[in-house]
Amino acid sequence: MTDFLLELRSEEIPARMQAGARIELEKLFRAQLSAAGIEAGDLTIWSTPRRLALIARDLPEATAAVSEELKGPRSSAPPQALEGFLRKTGLTQDQLEDRDGVWFAVIDKPGRATKDVLAEAIPAIVRGFSWPKSMRWGRESASSESLRWVRPLSGIVAIFGEELVPCEIGGIASGFATRGHRFHCPGEITIGSASDYAEKLRACHVIVDHAERQAIIRDGAAKAAADAGLTLVDDEGLVVENAGLTEWPVPLLGLFDDAFLEVPPEVIQLTARVNQKYFVVNGADGKLANGFVCTANIDAKDGGAEIVAGNRKVLAARLSDARFFWEQDQKKTLAQHAEKLANITFHEKLGTVADKVERVAKLARWLVEEGIVTSCSPAKAGAHGDRATGPRLSPGNKELADQAELAARLAKADLVTEMVGEFPELQGLMGGYYARAEGLPDAVADAIRDHYKPVGQGDDVPTAPVTVAVALADKLDTLAAFFIVNEKPTGSKDPYAIRRAGLGIIQLLNKSNIRFKLTRAFGVFVVERMKGIARQYPGFGPDFDKLLTELESLPYDEALEYVEKVRPNRDILFEERGRACFPEILDFLADRLKVQQREAGVRHDLIDAVFALGGEDDLVRLLARVKALQAFMATEDGANLLAGYKRAANILKQAGQGSSPAEAGAQSGEAEPSVDGSTGPRLSPGNMTEHDAALLAALDAAEPAAAAAVADERFTDAMAALASLRAPIDAFFEGVMVNDPDEAVRAYRLGLLARFTGAVHGVADFSKIEG
Amino acid sequence: MAEADAKQPLSFQDMILTLHAYWSARGCAILQPYDMRVGAGTFHPATTLRSLGPEPWNVAYVQPSRRPTDGRYGENPNRLQHYYQYQVILKPSPADLQEQYLGSLAAIGIDPLLHDIRFVEDDWESPTLGAWGLGWEVWCDGMEVTQFTYFQQMGGFDCKPVAGELTYGLERLAMYIQNVDNVYDLRFSDAVGDVAAVSYGDVFLENERQFSKWNFEVADTDSLFAGFKAAEAECQRAIEAGVPLAAYDQAIEASHLFNLLQARGVISVQERANYMARVRDLAKGSCKAWIDSQSERWTQNYPGWVL
Repeated sequence: MTDFLLELRSEEIPARMQAGARIELEKLFRAQLSAAGIEAGDLTIWSTPRRLALIARDLPEATAAVSEELKGPRSSAPPQALEGFLRKTGLTQDQLEDRDGVWFAVIDKPGRATKDVLAEAIPAIVRGFSWPKSMRWGRESASSESLRWVRPLSGIVAIFGEELVPCEIGGIASGFATRGHRFHCPGEITIGSASDYAEKLRACHVIVDHAERQAIIRDGAAKAAADAGLTLVDDEGLVVENAGLTEWPVPLLGLFDDAFLEVPPEVIQLTARVNQKYFVVNGADGKLANGFVCTANIDAKDGGAEIVAGNRKVLAARLSDARFFWEQDQKKTLAQHAEKLANITFHEKLGTVADKVERVAKLARWLVEEGIVTSCSPAKAGAHGDRATGPRLSPGNKELADQAELAARLAKADLVTEMVGEFPELQGLMGGYYARAEGLPDAVADAIRDHYKPVGQGDDVPTAPVTVAVALADKLDTLAAFFIVNEKPTGSKDPYAIRRAGLGIIQLLNKSNIRFKLTRAFGVFVVERMKGIARQYPGFGPDFDKLLTELESLPYDEALEYVEKVRPNRDILFEERGRACFPEILDFLADRLKVQQREAGVRHDLIDAVFALGGEDDLVRLLARVKALQAFMATEDGANLLAGYKRAANILKQAGQGSSPAEAGAQSGEAEPSVDGSTGPRLSPGNMTEHDAALLAALDAAEPAAAAAVADERFTDAMAALASLRAPIDAFFEGVMVNDPDEAVRAYRLGLLARFTGAVHGVADFSKIEG
Repeated sequence: MAEADAKQPLSFQDMILTLHAYWSARGCAILQPYDMRVGAGTFHPATTLRSLGPEPWNVAYVQPSRRPTDGRYGENPNRLQHYYQYQVILKPSPADLQEQYLGSLAAIGIDPLLHDIRFVEDDWESPTLGAWGLGWEVWCDGMEVTQFTYFQQMGGFDCKPVAGELTYGLERLAMYIQNVDNVYDLRFSDAVGDVAAVSYGDVFLENERQFSKWNFEVADTDSLFAGFKAAEAECQRAIEAGVPLAAYDQAIEASHLFNLLQARGVISVQERANYMARVRDLAKGSCKAWIDSQSERWTQNYPGWVL
């Protein structure tokens, strides 16, 4: 058994690509060996900026001999088929075996020296390697077929045991020689075998094991900070990146002018991290201090003093830029910055960011005025969002509405500031800082800062009322806007992060227990969108101006009716959809809800079962119902009731009666009255068994109980009402024959079953439930 | 010319002379700056057009570069609307390009065992030239001092063979070597006898003040727009007339006028992409015309070469 070493040396590989390259190298190496019949065991894969290395231990000296069997044409087939088969196998006819009228070729392949396998595998690996971006270089690149690599490939070391594995790719021949550190040991060094590789490189100032370099940086940076009485702010991403930029990492601590600390700490950290790849440090008070840790790639002759001085200067220049932006941005108020949003396109079909801001401001205000977002604690927020009466604002809510509208108007203003232009990831955060600096209330500043939240599962979900109003309005607007112009996410494509907006809405509603019909908010969107268009084209015609006046004067519900009525006459809205896309949005949200709740262990079929009832656009209520259903389905009563339901549904189906709520609805006029005791056929007492009577009685009791419980949103009670049907339905199936020869009896019993499934559907569409 | 290892670091002009001597000794023709307003050394036809085709091409030159939006009225110690790039083009890229480059840093006085030199991924792309390449920004103690690129495409055409491009930021490098914090404090030339030393500020501070004002406040936008249109039309005419070098001049002109219009703040976000596409079309058209005018000779002298 013999060890194999492969080193592919190149010019500096981008740090971010090295981890992927290690995986790719392992994959291709295993595939090549496996194709030759060698299973590679444990592989060691290392990377530095200048090399990818692989060590395979205990490879066999040669592959095992194999016998390969190929099935050919039938011996009765035309001669052309046989000729083709002979060509393919390289055999003559007398070498084939005839087995039951079919030709077989048995090809014995002798074992091959592993060294030869490797000599073929290396060029195949290099040529088959997939980099995120690759390039051509040098004289060879005059031809289109020249070798591609991430950066110019400069050397190959390939040693099996102590023998060279000879190969050549793109004019580069394998050898024993590699190079050490670019500056400490620029000459060639000779590797003897896999066993001395890492140590020879170490002697030449190269730590080839990336994990070891990461540890040196992680520990060294922490120590450099601690030695100065500071605490390193951990950043594993920076550890890995710096390990990918160095072969001999040396963390060094430097200090910058503490006058820069007036700039927000996030800005300093981002400047240091993104532009310079430095760590930042905290002082004893836990706040950002005026230190940084850079990672050099040399043991400098002066201990690093010059390097630290140079880096400090670069950071100072960066921080003065940042401070310049910080000061410059504050020369204008956020409201003044916001004026520029009219120059930024939000989406070609949806106007500018200023248009969006106007809509979001209106929607945020509406959410408060309607009592949907309130200042009381989430737990007390009741189901009063759907009251029909107009807004009744307490003085507290008036302030909340004003703040929500103001925050919404200013929330996007930082997009046009210099700072966010430089660091887009600071959007929101900078707006919050600037708002506070100009003396706006904390609630407004917080809302501006946090209104993008939550950005995905696991992010903090805001609960402060102003923030919730703006965050919700912004996301509802995004969702409705892209659906209305038919730019829905498809497959893996979601360029406008609409799924994330949907998820954010669900998280915000759940976290604060916010109850209301979402479609009403979409209605507000449609109206405000129309107003925006009418404003945008003032000279479009007198009726456009009239339209605007009209819309301004109507409450939203009536304005929506009006918009829908005039829509068909508006060429400008030709491609836009109105209320018609609301059900699509709700379906989309239900899908998001399923995805989101899967992690919480909520069954997606149960969400379907409740959602299929239709008309449910209150996600909080929907979820409460789903959870009650899930608890019920876990009980014996629930499981048996489901079995009874499925049986009933089957019988109804065979009888040509649908059982899903939609189908049943069409038939309810016939099926239900027949058993409610007042109309339709009645069973003569002689045909009425105790089971019929028991089920009828149970239904009479359960139906109103379940309906009342659902209306009061006591979903557990609704489930209990359904549970009371379990024994009677079981006994019914046990004791009577539904398909009685007497047509009247059969009709009656089918009616009973229809009523039973109907009662169940009052709580959930059990046909959607699996199991 | 001062020696790099002398006690006093190189003046700005000696740094340029040292680089000239260094690359001249490695076979480069030392060209002079192109006599038009350009945004970077890459716009010089000695880079743009000559990086196309199979012929070897090794040149070095200084190129004054204008970036109107970077002007700061002479008040920022690091930002200029006019500065110098030192540009080296080696086609095909030699196998020891990195070593040659590091040798040039040593020649101007940077000791790589005292200073941390790093090659940090930075893929270069010029949307207005339809060009891209892979390479690095070279860091010296955390400061970017050079853009190092292997050209893959120019004007939308594959570079065959690939040229290596080195673009040194001369002011930054000089500030580093001379250890000054303000660009205007750079020693441009040394005192000789009773002739006093000249600073970068002596030469350029007033230029920065006046041109910042002109770029941002004064330049007549109507004539800039008109100039853009005229250059665009003239570029097309020159392409049709089979004089791609003249056409390319007009592409450069249009590109600079577009930069000025941006500095004047009269190009909206939406229009920006449109103008860039128009400049790119001019550059691409010029490159195409250049290839058309040369390809017969190229294929004759380099059998087997195809575009």
